[in-house]
Amino acid sequence: MATIEKDSVSGQNTTGHEWDGIKELNTPLPKWWVYVFWASVIWAIGYWVLYPSWPTQNGYLKGTLGYSSRGELANDLELQKKGRSAWLSKIEASDTAAIEKDKDLLRYAMAGGKIAFNENCAPCHGSGGVGVVGAYPTLADDEWLWGGALADIEQTIQYGVRSAHKDTRASEMPKFGADGLLKNEQIAAVADYVVTLASKAPAKGSAGETVYAENCAVCHAEDGAGQAALGAPALNNQIWLFKGGKDSVKDLVVAQVTKPKHGAMPAWVDRLDPSTIKMLAVYVHNLGGGK
Amino acid sequence: MSINTEATPYCEDAIKKFAIAAVFWGVVGFLAGDFIALQLAFPVLNLDLEWTSFGRLRPVHTSAVIFAFGGNVLLATSLYIVQRTSRASLFGGEGLSTVVFWGYQLFIVMAALSYVLGYSQGQEYAEPEWAIDLFLTVVWVLYLIVFAGTIMKRKEPHIYVANWFFFAMILTIAMLHLGNNLAIPVSLTKSYNIFGGVQNAMTQWWYGHNAVGFFLTAGFLGIMYYFVPKRAERPVYSYRLSIVHFWALIFLYIWAGPHHLHYTALPDWAQTLGMTFSIMLWMPSWGGMINGLMTLSGAWDKLRTDPVMRFLVSSVAFYGMSTFEGPMMSIKAVNSLSHYTDWGIGHVHSGALGWVAFVSFGALYDLIPKLWGRKEVYSLKLVGVHFWVATIGIVLYITAMWISGIMQGLMWRAYDSLGFLQYSFIETVEAMHPYYVIRALGGLLFVVGSLVMVYNIYKTIKGDVADEAYASATSGAR
Repeated sequence: MATIEKDSVSGQNTTGHEWDGIKELNTPLPKWWVYVFWASVIWAIGYWVLYPSWPTQNGYLKGTLGYSSRGELANDLELQKKGRSAWLSKIEASDTAAIEKDKDLLRYAMAGGKIAFNENCAPCHGSGGVGVVGAYPTLADDEWLWGGALADIEQTIQYGVRSAHKDTRASEMPKFGADGLLKNEQIAAVADYVVTLASKAPAKGSAGETVYAENCAVCHAEDGAGQAALGAPALNNQIWLFKGGKDSVKDLVVAQVTKPKHGAMPAWVDRLDPSTIKMLAVYVHNLGGGK
Repeated sequence: MSINTEATPYCEDAIKKFAIAAVFWGVVGFLAGDFIALQLAFPVLNLDLEWTSFGRLRPVHTSAVIFAFGGNVLLATSLYIVQRTSRASLFGGEGLSTVVFWGYQLFIVMAALSYVLGYSQGQEYAEPEWAIDLFLTVVWVLYLIVFAGTIMKRKEPHIYVANWFFFAMILTIAMLHLGNNLAIPVSLTKSYNIFGGVQNAMTQWWYGHNAVGFFLTAGFLGIMYYFVPKRAERPVYSYRLSIVHFWALIFLYIWAGPHHLHYTALPDWAQTLGMTFSIMLWMPSWGGMINGLMTLSGAWDKLRTDPVMRFLVSSVAFYGMSTFEGPMMSIKAVNSLSHYTDWGIGHVHSGALGWVAFVSFGALYDLIPKLWGRKEVYSLKLVGVHFWVATIGIVLYITAMWISGIMQGLMWRAYDSLGFLQYSFIETVEAMHPYYVIRALGGLLFVVGSLVMVYNIYKTIKGDVADEAYASATSGAR
């Protein structure tokens, strides 16, 4: 048991305890430490008086300021709404065509459409609508699966493509190969024909042309222009939704005729308000110089 | 003092094992952390495999560093310290402490495997399912018996302050573990927590915040209270401060959890209490810092000559910094900016890397030579290398997270002149990329530092001595 001794460095006495050679000084509490501690306690008590704090038998102390975080949120939302109301009420009252005609309204819709697009659409369609090679269509060009007119775009956004909504856009290309509707050599022939169709020099009189005319033209059109009402893509250009970087066009067509892949897009009508959907439609329409 | 050591044969087999396990799991945990940091910067590193996806590896990292590294450090040091400061050998002897050792390692392995295989109760820092929880409970109670039994056997009239902190840690962790893991099992690998919704969230953060408070703060303050005065060869600055800040810390910490749930469905009154108690906690936390730093008065020159002391002192400085930052971030106005951002991650790591890991490294560098009967660690110069590499790593890590976190928070709340959000979420993610790379680089430096430590400790245990001249110069100064 050690005895109390004076520490030469600090001038303080030790407590007289010792453990494994460790002693302790009997230094009093630092004054500033005590003051700041009590200040924080007093501040806390003050805060309890002003704001909701201790629970009671039937509720809690409400605080003299009448604060609630729900109230604060409602207030913030109200302020935001007020700030936007002048423009938003015009958007609400106009259809998309009218919005595009009014220069100021268009500018506003483009700004609102852009953020809505980046928050909701960009994960698939890419920032600025560049699309994803082999998976999601580009929206920054003038090629449209389900139509590029303002009303078409608005409808697609509202109800989606092959979505769970009852009014969804939907169509299904037959599994010509998998279901045995076409033989392998017929598929190869029609794929050859589509390759020539895509380079705007269709091989007239080929075996593929016959197969195409009998099976494909009804949806994709005689000249391969496609049909937006059915979501049947044009085949007379070099834009291929499901073509990966290295696939050849012929392989792609063979695969697609044998067992087609279909894209899907969710319906937004229950998730976004009508004004936001209008602004989105205008924004997308202007991305690719819409039809 | 030397008479005491001769009179009392200490049990050190398990302590040696705990020390080696701490070093091993430390490296595993740091590597896992850096890997998931790289995954955030380069998602391709998820490898498209469920077992290596971020969601499964993240709990592997957190559990490895907190419970495997931190836990083994706590077990090693607490059992080392309690014997020496009680002048008593471990209750239950080598046998019981060895059972605790293997039990604890088995818990770690089971927990990590379960995460990788996709089993989790979804409670942060308490992910293991009920069967593993029950197993840990048994191990923890055995630890409590060893520790408390040794205190009861003590030949010293008073209980040393380090042991108060360890005891508080053991008891509170037991209570938190039992409280937060109350669940109804439906199969061996699946259970449902008895609390739902916001009550579950509240229990979870009562647990989560006090895991920080009692495991990573109180426990490691126990380490600080032994190794700082021991290494500095100075008396503890203030006995009174140690009493007052101990009780204030213990009483106030347990209330602070709701500050993790600001602006959520948690009732306003609970948010207020969480915030105000966090502010009141500031000075009690700093009491430990004051006692740690002021104990050095009269021995500051050791910072220059003893890199082990540098680890211990820097850890206390980091502790002071993060226990200021914490209360500040608990203020609702600050929290509305910082919550859900990388600032939180930066805050946690200034505490975890700067405080917990540094005080652990300091303790291990002091403890391991003593356990194996060496005069000093193999190379103090390498301890210095470890210190600087790790410090630069921490600075890169926390500054990157401060910048990225504050930027993220500001971008989320930015409106343009028309009243639309200025940035989409994906733009904020893109903006964070460079900082994620810097963070991963900082983490890499921290891993490299720990590998230097592994080498140094291996050589120490082997009995090699590298730079005699340097070592004897410093020990001469002591």
